[in-house]
Formats: sequence, C-alpha cells, structure tokens
Amino acid sequence: MSTKIKLVVIGNGPVGHKFLEELVATGKHNAYQITVFGEEPLPAYDRVQLTRWFETRQAQTLNLVKDNFYQKNNITLYSNEKIIQIDRAQQVVISNSGKQLPYDKLILATGSYPFVPPVKGHDRENIFVYRTIADLEKITAAAQQSKIGTVIGGGLLGLEAAKALKDLGLKTHVVEFAPRLMAVQIDDGGGKMLRKKIENLGVCVHTQKNTQSITAGETTTHQMNFADGEILATDIIVFSAGIRPRDELARQAALAIGERGGVVINNHCLTSDNNIYAIGEVALWDNKIFGLIAPGNAMAQAAVDHLTQSGTREFKGADMSTKLKLMGVDVASIGDAHGNSPNARSYTYVNDREEIYKKIVVSHDDKHLLGAVLIGDAAEYGSLLQFMLNKMTLPSEPESLILPQLEGSSAGIGVDALPDSAQICSCMNVTKADVVQAVQAGATDMATIKSATKAATGCGGCSALVTQVLNNELEKQGISVNTDLCEHFAYTRQALYHLIRIEKIKDFTTLMSKHGSGLGCDICKATAASIFASCWNEHILNKPLHALQDTNDYYMGNMQKDGTYSVVPRVAGGEITPEKLIVLGQVAKKYNLYTKITGGQRVDLFGARSEQLPDIWQELVAAGFETGHAYGKSLRTVKSCVGSTWCRYGVQDSMAMAILLENRYKGLRSPHKLKMAVSGCTRECAEAQSKDVGVIATEKGWNLYVCGNGGMKPRHADLFASDLDDVTLIKYIDRLFMFYIRTADRLQRTSVWLDNMEGGLSYLKSVIVEDKLGIANELEQEMTQVIASYQCEWKTTIEDPEKLKRFTHFVNSQQSDDNIRFIQEREQIRPKPLQEITIIEVN
Amino acid sequence: MKKWLTICHKDDILPNMGRCALITAQDQQRQVAIFNIVDRQGNEQFYAIDNFCPFSKTNTLSRGITGDINGQLVVASPLYKQHFNLKTGQCIEDNTVAVNTYSVRCDNEHILIAINKSAEEQSNDH
Repeated sequence: MSTKIKLVVIGNGPVGHKFLEELVATGKHNAYQITVFGEEPLPAYDRVQLTRWFETRQAQTLNLVKDNFYQKNNITLYSNEKIIQIDRAQQVVISNSGKQLPYDKLILATGSYPFVPPVKGHDRENIFVYRTIADLEKITAAAQQSKIGTVIGGGLLGLEAAKALKDLGLKTHVVEFAPRLMAVQIDDGGGKMLRKKIENLGVCVHTQKNTQSITAGETTTHQMNFADGEILATDIIVFSAGIRPRDELARQAALAIGERGGVVINNHCLTSDNNIYAIGEVALWDNKIFGLIAPGNAMAQAAVDHLTQSGTREFKGADMSTKLKLMGVDVASIGDAHGNSPNARSYTYVNDREEIYKKIVVSHDDKHLLGAVLIGDAAEYGSLLQFMLNKMTLPSEPESLILPQLEGSSAGIGVDALPDSAQICSCMNVTKADVVQAVQAGATDMATIKSATKAATGCGGCSALVTQVLNNELEKQGISVNTDLCEHFAYTRQALYHLIRIEKIKDFTTLMSKHGSGLGCDICKATAASIFASCWNEHILNKPLHALQDTNDYYMGNMQKDGTYSVVPRVAGGEITPEKLIVLGQVAKKYNLYTKITGGQRVDLFGARSEQLPDIWQELVAAGFETGHAYGKSLRTVKSCVGSTWCRYGVQDSMAMAILLENRYKGLRSPHKLKMAVSGCTRECAEAQSKDVGVIATEKGWNLYVCGNGGMKPRHADLFASDLDDVTLIKYIDRLFMFYIRTADRLQRTSVWLDNMEGGLSYLKSVIVEDKLGIANELEQEMTQVIASYQCEWKTTIEDPEKLKRFTHFVNSQQSDDNIRFIQEREQIRPKPLQEITIIEVN
Repeated sequence: MKKWLTICHKDDILPNMGRCALITAQDQQRQVAIFNIVDRQGNEQFYAIDNFCPFSKTNTLSRGITGDINGQLVVASPLYKQHFNLKTGQCIEDNTVAVNTYSVRCDNEHILIAINKSAEEQSNDH
C-alpha cells in the first residue's frame, strides 16, 4: 500500500497546471500520489494567449507542458475525462467514464465558462463562444462559408475575438450593451478614443444595443434584433458576455458558494471543506471572482504553500490593473479608472491628431495616484502602476506624468524612489530587488537581465522600467558601461554608422583623421569595412578598403583551422540543377577538396589553399556560380522547402519566394551574419522560426517572423506581421534589415539586438510597420542602393589581375605552404592532426 | 654575421598589409611575415616577424589585420585573434609567448631581410 497522500486536481487549465509546477518546485511532490483530470482533449495550454493559435493553427503553439513534465514527476493525467461528482463523505471523485478515485486532498481548478445570455435563438447554428482551442477551430471552419461576423460583448475578450474574426477575413461587428467599449476597465473619454481607433481599423462598433433575439437572416445566416428596433445581419456570432465560475461540482458537493456563484475560499484558498482547495476563476475571494491569470497564479502559490507547509504565501486579493494591445491599440487601465473614490481629482490629456487619451485619477490632495486610463500610448503604464501600488508621493504637478515630454523635463518615475519590494514585472513576479541583485551579480545589459530574472519576458510591458532600474543601479555602483567600439574610436558602432553615412565617409584614413585616434585595430577596421560595405557597397578588395578586411573577407573564403579556406558558391534557396551539381563535384574532385552539405542547403568545399582560390572560382564562375558570402557578416542563405510546387501541403510557392529573397539581399553586409528561411506551409519544414528573418506561407499570404536564432542561445523568432502580400513582405524586410544595420552593435545578432531594444517587439513594429520615426522611406532607399550595386565579388576579382596577385602564399615564390598537410578519412581529405593519436589495442 | 636578402619590390606589400616571404637560411626554409605600416603622417615603415602562429600552429600571421594596441604596433592572428607586437614579436595576451623578429629595410624600393649567414658563407668572408 502506498503511504503517499492522494492528491487529485480537477481541471487542467493554466492555473491547475501552475499549481502542479509550483508543487514540483517545492520538491515535496514525491510525498503525493498526484492525479489530474482535464475535460479537454489536450493537456494544459495557454488560454491567455488563445488568439495566438491563429498564427499557426496548431495547438503546440500554446502548449504549457514542457519536457514530459507529467511523466517526469510521476503525475497521472487523464485528459478528455470529466469529473461529474465529488463524494465528500467517502472522499472519492467520480468521472464521466465511471472512474472512481479516492482523494485525501482535492484541488478545484475548474475555471469558468463563457456566459451566454438566454437570448431567443442563442442556440442556433454558427453561434460560438471564445474560450478553448476547439471553439477557435469551429469559428475558423464556419468563417470559410461566411462573410460577416459579430461579437456580442465589447470587453477585453470580445475585442480579441473581433480581431480574430477580422483576421479570418470577415466584415466584423462588435455589439455592446453598455454605452462604451471595455466598460469595466476604462472611462467614457477612453472608450470614445478606443472606439475611434478600432473603427479606423474597419470594425463596426455598436454600443447600447440590447440583443433581444436572433432569427434567420434574409441573405445572411442570422439577423440580430435589438431592443431599439434596429437589426444587424450576420453569418457568425461569437458571445463574449463575461464569464461564470464552473462551480457545479462544488454546488452538488454542498461546499460554500457565493450568492452569485463561485466557490468561497480563504487566504489559503481553502474552501469550506478543509481537504478541498479552489483556485483560479472558480474561486470566490472576498466576494470577488478574478478573471485574470496573475491572481490565478497567486492562488496556486498560496494553495501549494498551505498544502505542503513549505511557505507562507497567502492570497490577499490582486490588483486588476492591466495593459494590453487590442488590435494593435495600446490600452491600459490602472486602479480606480473611473474616479469613483470620494473627492478624487482627475487630469486628462486628449490628442486627436495622434489619437491618444490619457487620464490619471489622484487623491484630493494631489499626493497619491488612485487610477489611470491610457489609450493609444501606454508608455507610462509601468511607472504609473508603481506610483499607485507603492503609494509613492506624486510630483507637485501630477499632470506632468501624462503630458508629452517637453525638452528639459524629466521623464517618468525616479526608479531610485521605488522600494525594493516593488513588483517591476507582474507577469513573472520580478521585484526591483531581483533586478538589482542581477546587476550586482554582474549583469550589465537587458539580455542578461532577462535570462537571469525572466523580467520583461512575458508581455514585455515593463521593459522600459526594467531598463531604468538597470541603468540606475549601474550608475549607483559606479559602473560606467563603456560602449566605445575600441580604443581608437570613442563611439558606438551605431554612432560610427551615422557619422559614416551622414558625412559620406568612404575610407578608413578619412574616418580616422576626423573621428579616431591611433592606427586602428582588427576591431574597428573590420567594423568600418562592414559599415562602408553596408552604406556604399564598393568591392571589398578595392584599395584601400582591402586592408580593413578580416582574412575571411579578404580571401572570400572561410579560413579553417589549418589555414586553408572553404569555398561555398551561392545556391539560392537550395535549388540547383544537375549540371551545376556536377560542376561542384568536378571542381571538388579536381582540386581534391573535402565536400560537405551545409545546414543552409548548399555545398561547402574545404581544404583550398589561398593560391588555388582564383583557379577554383574561375571554373565556378564560368559554370554560372556566384559567391555565397559564407565568409561574410552578411546574408548567408535563404533556406526553403519546395512549397506548393511539389508538396501536397504547400499553400504558397516558397521556392520562388526564397530565391527572390536570396537574390535580393545577397551581398548585403551587416553587423553580423543574417540567415533567412521560407516555409511553404505551417508545418515549417524550412525551420524559419530559428532564423533572423523567417517567412511562413499562409493561405492568404505570408507570416513574417523576426529575430530568431539557432546556435548557442536558441531563440524562437517572434511573429511580426501576418498574411502579408509579396510587396509588403519585402518592404518590411527591407526596412527591418536596414534598421538593424543602422542600430545594432558590432557582432550583435538580431536576436540579441531585439532583446536589448527598449520597447522590444512592439517598438520594432512601430518603427517598421507604422513608421513611427519617419525613416521608412530612407531605409527602403538605402536598401535599393545596396541591391542596385550588387556584384559577385569573386567574378570581379578574377577579372582583375591586380587583385589576383595577392592570393599567392609567398610574395617571392610560387611554392605552397608545406605546413598544410592532409590525411585521408572516409575517402576524403582532412587536415593532418597536429599530434597523431595512437590507439593502443586492449586485448 | 648577417646578410641581406632581397625579397620583393616594396609595392608588393600594400600599405597596412602583410605578405609572407620564403627565406632560406642555413639550409632551412622559414616563412617570414613582412608588414608595411603607415603612420598618421603617411610614412611607411616595414616590420618582419615569423609567419607561423604559435597558437593555431599555422602559417597565417601575414594575413592578419594590423594596427596598434596601447601604442604598440601589432598584427592580429587571423584565426584566434591574439595580437603580436611587430617590433618585439611579443604576444600581447600571453607574455610567455613570442615569435621571432627579423631586421628589414627598404633599399632602392626593394625590401630586404637580414638573415644569419651559414657557416660556409661566414668562412668565405674571410
């Protein structure tokens, strides 16, 4: 007989799963025999990010269960199995398949269900709710036969659903009972601005509409009939009219239930039965239901601490402030957004040109912040929230906090004034002290802070604030972060780029005499060479640029450990004719080169001596090959799958797109190497999400992913824009690459560049898509110049006897370097090891 | 005793670049990296060190990028980027490592390197 405590968790949503993670984190989970029941067919997935399912239409995107979590920790999971009864007397739960399982301790994490008002006709076909992946699959299928979609409910989730309908190509309506959108979180003024912005996006908003019945439409599936006599024709209806706790099990088991539903809990999340906890949206604390993820997680923590007696965390309510992006519109609500507190004062800033609305609610004496609403620009969310949560004293003119920054005025909050306990990142529950500690442990940039503390890795809304804490702490410790490129230039790479671009500097001597000191070094020379190439795109071996090149660029090959070079001709998109493939084989054979297929879908020929390179390239160029820039900090390859040309699943011609992109950006030099890929469907065989720029075909066009990386620190690329047409896709990539070239540090890959970017992905989108900085045209023109000035570096080189002279190993002899020696291995050459290892046979 | 070997025309070694010369001294072949360093006033000066990089064990130093670090003229090894002082052969990153240096001069637009005479040559001098 097992002596373990029998623990049963009912519900396998995000909060139920969080509970298990927290339990395992205590290390005491082995004292329990844990069984989990989930009524959905899938293990826990991220319901908060539900809308992201549309990006890939694959449940895997949202999966919360990592690395065999359940198996590894001996947790039994029954998915697709619903508990239908709790027998408290026998301490047994009973499932719909007839399973009976005894429990010692029980966790209710059954969540909530979408409320569908009992409107006449609500049970007609093509009427949905928005809560599970199954719901989204049904909506998607119905959308294919529909033209118009309507969401009932203009709250947070309703607007998410409206975005989904719009992205599915439907004419979209939002119908709201209250006089404004998001009536709970924002005030009238904010509601008006939000409505205006959302209508500008092509969504029709109807407020103060009371739907009385849904009947058959004349030309559409449905007709909605409102109390004021108006009607609305629609094919699909999605109800998003609030949530109700899934408390039916608790009711039937006679646990204490609130008047309007919800299982009553105390600060330990214990219900009226000492063996039963309730957490998440089913739980009622202080007569309140919390429909957000953060309070749910806090309840999970409190329950674990109490159950295992391993901590003292309690649930004491939660701040319901929220910041989000709805259809690309920044919306934030803090505390008393409506100014309901007695004698509260409010200050409002409205800007109709930029469509921004900001309001703060403060105490009668202007001392403390009580609430705020931000629409269109929520940059101040982080600092305002800190003012409220920490009851910090406001500046003497609190309105300065939301007025546009004028020159000379100080920006935002003084982070020094924040207490150590201030929660900087609410998604990951990171305090100021955590960030400070990371800095003291040696972190000096955002990327390190993120990996050390996980701050700013959730919604990213706090990244500006985290940066301020970081900089403040560095300053306090007297660490001045030296961002000089090297001892010769007291500039960052970005500053040097601007100087070169604006002053039209084209050679190192001029750059040095105007802005540098000394003679230069391998760092600044190679950086300058790269910037000159990005800006002016002259041949890298032109005098005097040639003296700045690293050996790989100089010899236009990759130097290997023995001083020989490898040769990689361009094979755009990995597509190659048999004739060309034969040429590669013939050349490799003639010069006795080691031959290997690369990860970028081309062929690498190793072991070429410097003096052989011109002859090898003479033959390759004659056969129609171009240089592959495998040696450059530049575009490498655009990996691809065959897409719709051959594959039965392909939805776009990924081959043609990959070849187009590779030929467009070949030769583009950048702060570090650039890799791309194009996949022909969501199966993603080209692994585009591990590339600097990844493109994945959709039925309507292309999804653009940015700043991914494989290698030492893998990073999944972020979805940047969806369903783009060819022209827009290329436009965005042009801008993105040029913006990266303009602003990145030396040898900084796009992944780290984005991780260190203040404002992160949303800032990058605002620059590239919305052209916030007004530089989009400039970036495109710069790219056009680079493309127009492309030449195959090797072709030009073999036509120029002056350049060819430099490839001989000796200046005074035609001999070869006798230190380069090969041995045979698996029928090919390899460098002779420096010390032959003798294998002693053991008998 | 030393003698001067003519290597090449000075224009064969481009400004701020290196080239490798094959030297036969005392019946042994050596690879010497010769560098042409131009100061901020535009004056050329030639330096010569071993072409062999003791870290990577390859003959590649002549292919490194030249410059100065804390006032010392250096070349960066192209493979692992250690710096060698062009005047002394000393490695900047590891003071236990140094490469040989060679006397070099420019005479009548030609580059000459000094090598030790062989025993035979020395006896012929007398």
